[in-house]
Amino acid sequence: MEFSELIRTGRAQAELLRGPEAPPLRGTLCVTSHHLLLSPGTEASPDLWLLLLRSVDSIEKRVAGDSGTITLRCKDLRVLQLDIEGVEATLDIARSIEALSSLESVITSFPFFYRPKGLRLGDAWHFHPPERYYQRVARETNAWRLSEVNEDFSLCPSYPRALIVPHSVDDQALARSAGFRQGGRFPVLSYHHARNGTALLRSSQPLTGPQKRRCAEDEELLRAVLVGARPGARGFIIDTRSAQAAKQARMTGGGTEAKAAYPGWKRLHRPLERGRPLQESFVRLVEACGDLEQSMDRWLSRLEGCRWLAHVKEALSTACLAAQGMEREGACILVHGAEGTDSTLLVTSLAQLILDPLSRTMDGFQELVEREWIQAGHPFQLRCAHSAFSHARPKHEAPTFLLFLDCVWQLGRQFPLSLEFGEGLLLALFEHAYASPFGSFLCNSEKERGLCEVRTRTHSLWSGLNQPKEQRKLRNPLYALNPLAIWPSVEPQSLRLWQGLFLRWTRPPEPSETAWEKVWQIVTDSEKTEGSA
Amino acid sequence: MEHIRTTKILHHHIASVEKLALTTSGCPLVIQCKNFRIVHFIVPRERDCHDIYNSLLQLSKQAKYEDLYAFSYNPKQNDSERLQGWQLIDLAEEYKRMGVPNSNWQLSDANREYKICETYPRELYVPRIASKPIIVGSSKFRSKGRFPVLSYYHQDKEAAICRCSQPLSGFSARCLEDEHLLQAISKANPVNRYMYVMDTRPKLNAMANRAAGKGYENEDNYSNIRFQFVGIENIHVMRSSLQKLLEVNGTKGLSVNDFYSGLESSGWLRHIKAVMDAAIFLAKAIMVENASVLVHCSDGWDRTSQVCSLGSLLLDSYYRTVKGFMVLIEKDWIAFGHKFSERCGHLDGDPKEVSPVFTQFLECVWHLTEQFPQAFEFNEAFLLQIHEHIHSCQFGNFLGNCQKEREELKLKEKTYSLWPFLLDDLKKYLNPIYNSQSQRFTVLEPSTVSFNFKFWRNMYHQFDRTLHPRQSVFNIIMNMNEQNKQLEKDIKELESKIKQCKNKQTDDILTKELLHSIHPESPTLKSSLCFKEQTLLPVNDALRTIEGSNPTDNRYSDYAEEFSKAEPAVVSLEYGVARMTC
Repeated sequence: MEFSELIRTGRAQAELLRGPEAPPLRGTLCVTSHHLLLSPGTEASPDLWLLLLRSVDSIEKRVAGDSGTITLRCKDLRVLQLDIEGVEATLDIARSIEALSSLESVITSFPFFYRPKGLRLGDAWHFHPPERYYQRVARETNAWRLSEVNEDFSLCPSYPRALIVPHSVDDQALARSAGFRQGGRFPVLSYHHARNGTALLRSSQPLTGPQKRRCAEDEELLRAVLVGARPGARGFIIDTRSAQAAKQARMTGGGTEAKAAYPGWKRLHRPLERGRPLQESFVRLVEACGDLEQSMDRWLSRLEGCRWLAHVKEALSTACLAAQGMEREGACILVHGAEGTDSTLLVTSLAQLILDPLSRTMDGFQELVEREWIQAGHPFQLRCAHSAFSHARPKHEAPTFLLFLDCVWQLGRQFPLSLEFGEGLLLALFEHAYASPFGSFLCNSEKERGLCEVRTRTHSLWSGLNQPKEQRKLRNPLYALNPLAIWPSVEPQSLRLWQGLFLRWTRPPEPSETAWEKVWQIVTDSEKTEGSA
Repeated sequence: MEHIRTTKILHHHIASVEKLALTTSGCPLVIQCKNFRIVHFIVPRERDCHDIYNSLLQLSKQAKYEDLYAFSYNPKQNDSERLQGWQLIDLAEEYKRMGVPNSNWQLSDANREYKICETYPRELYVPRIASKPIIVGSSKFRSKGRFPVLSYYHQDKEAAICRCSQPLSGFSARCLEDEHLLQAISKANPVNRYMYVMDTRPKLNAMANRAAGKGYENEDNYSNIRFQFVGIENIHVMRSSLQKLLEVNGTKGLSVNDFYSGLESSGWLRHIKAVMDAAIFLAKAIMVENASVLVHCSDGWDRTSQVCSLGSLLLDSYYRTVKGFMVLIEKDWIAFGHKFSERCGHLDGDPKEVSPVFTQFLECVWHLTEQFPQAFEFNEAFLLQIHEHIHSCQFGNFLGNCQKEREELKLKEKTYSLWPFLLDDLKKYLNPIYNSQSQRFTVLEPSTVSFNFKFWRNMYHQFDRTLHPRQSVFNIIMNMNEQNKQLEKDIKELESKIKQCKNKQTDDILTKELLHSIHPESPTLKSSLCFKEQTLLPVNDALRTIEGSNPTDNRYSDYAEEFSKAEPAVVSLEYGVARMTC
């Protein structure tokens, strides 16, 4: 396929409106394979305005007289308006954008063409390899070992090559356990809590089915986890579905662990929203945030009605439950829902952030996202195909990762000195998850990324973000290592709407930005004066 | 006895005491405070509980001003120090700062003896062309005699904010003097010939008032006025709105949805937005149209105070400084007769007179500090402290309902002023990222889009520490700022010493000595720096400590019940249950 077939017109004169705060931009509009360009022409500034076509979520065109208007709603929640001269030009450009922004092929996407100055291909791909963490745990404990059983992705297509499992369980047993879990996602280590030797594991649901099947190797695996932690250790299985839903899953071959089959393990149900209801919640919240005219009552009732903050609360409190079980009860925790690729990851990654000071550093957090989301097989391509504006019927879209980022933001608000990164990093991750020039969030699993040669043919987001010029935006100037666990308050009075994300384009950003600048200045001043004194 | 934490509650802060049904561990006593603190006591014996209950009921409701704390509070100052404290805020000085008296506005002595209006201050500023008969005539046509007077004068625009109470117009009555006075206000503005009259009430309420012989200005009778309703609800609506809000907040195990639907149905943020919108209307009339504005409500001491003071705060950056904010409160609230004692229920009186009007003003200011984090010299703690003291009755400023009453109580001789005590603790109340230079912030233009209004957790849950962020950015920045200043001073000192050395090179001995002292290995210098590091850094560490690092401090600890052993501490810590022994 040639991109040129999809570009119906090269260029047109247009004016771009970027919201109430930014001044309009006039110039020549141009559609390329991956971008929408607006060059202001000769007289104005030489700055080129550039939009990645992939980030367009929905497009709306209107023509009147001999000109037209295109409204672009972007995946990062920006709304742009283009006033274009000429009806034909308008329609052609609209059609071109429509076609190019919805291309599904991964290998023709922009990351495969993006070659920024100063970055070398393949540079940071091994920046945050999960193996490094697994090796450390294996070295420090004796109870865990790295397994290459999934080297060719035959056991579990959504797991990465490297996995870490109880030392006493051999690869054959792992294969049997994988056969007993949906999608082959058998229980693996997610986080080892060095302070008391407890472990956080994740998996998918067991395939007990209506006959209440059992699997000796799966049971043995979980037993080995307890033995490895310490003699007499207990475990909790946190099922992210309601007891009712877990029971119903048996009818379709799924189910949940039977009490008698797993001695020492106790099951808890913490229903978390996922899939379409979560996507709808997101859509309704964004809708409410776009309405500047609504009354206070209407706004509050929409904020309540969309239930987004209720999801934040549930996610955070489930993560707290898991973290509390490890830290205070000295118990091992296994988290799973059905597929184990969405709410499961939400809980395990948040629990680590609460417990582990290392995961709150810049490097540690990137490593966490790489290990617990990207490598753990969260299907980014499916979940982030569309953001909140798309008119297309949602199929697999769900803002699980955004919910995670929101929860992290809430943690950062409550512990403003304990995270090394600031809101900037979270916003960047949100943007890049939905549309990015980098390859990190492409595809749904390591296996797919291998087939597409993502690692060798695209740049890693981490190498992009870790350039020195980005640091001021991404770092928290007030960070100081906090060795304790951070227990957030999950009361509704303590949770806030993430204005920096949901209202980013509707409110004037300056006052808070200049305030942030001032904080940076104070901190750097303080470093300077201390240095020179 | 360091491990015993004492909880002190001022009797005057008690809003209500409630005795709950006897339980196995004792008799629960719940105290709700005016600063939104809720304390649960468990008294082992029911009889003791009953006694405490009765004593508290009596102690929290005083019948006489003289029994209030301010009259016995003794900070060990002599008379002249106390007087100095009272003289800290000088309103005559403030009017001078605004630029009055001038060719259009003058000080009127009409109310010098409180003869025209008992609830106004003695000193009032009126248009120069308004003669005394006009003033007297107008005051007879205004509820409680509160005729139109100057509240704020905008020097650049030569426009004024004036305030008054509603006219006694009924359905058709008119008053020529009142019409003249309004015209005089109009004429005092050389730029714009028309003026706005803002009735801060909802139109329906204003119309209902006409049946009682009161009401609002008829545009036909007044030349060149533009009349505008802005729809802020009355004190009774505000009281019950806050009541509803507090009920929602007090709910145990509150869900996110119940919180937001409760917030919505309480209407609290809607009311806050209404006050803010009114103030913005006022500020715009002056900035954009150059028009003077007359503001009134019914009696002109609640909504009028809110709108005039908030409007001035938007227009004049002086009111956004610590001192300026004190002046603003003294002028538009205390001097102009906001009935603090009745609104805050200082004495055992009519509960229907109690209303959180001033609290709403503080909340509006807080919303502005959130929208413009660099525009205010003071921080949230300053607002909370002021709120604490409107109820505490510890200082004389907020006692009584008007200046005349305060003079009769001899407050300046018998009590102390709050402001100097706040200034003594100034460090605690400063905004570390305040930017006084920026021209951007001369006039604030806040956005009142609904989602800019947030629930003020630190006010309404001031004492529920578990709901607060566990680390404070403000303190740390404040501390860094101070360190910077200190270190910069050190650098300057050292630099000037170096200069001195170079200048006095002829003096061999001195040079040697001084060079010695700036040499890095010089013992004197080293020790002095070390000393500084030691004093600064530990503070830093203490600031970074985390509150509530124990999971039991959090309310999600009810999840812990899922684990087999329930921790008794979980339950009792939840509301900070204190035991009281008698």
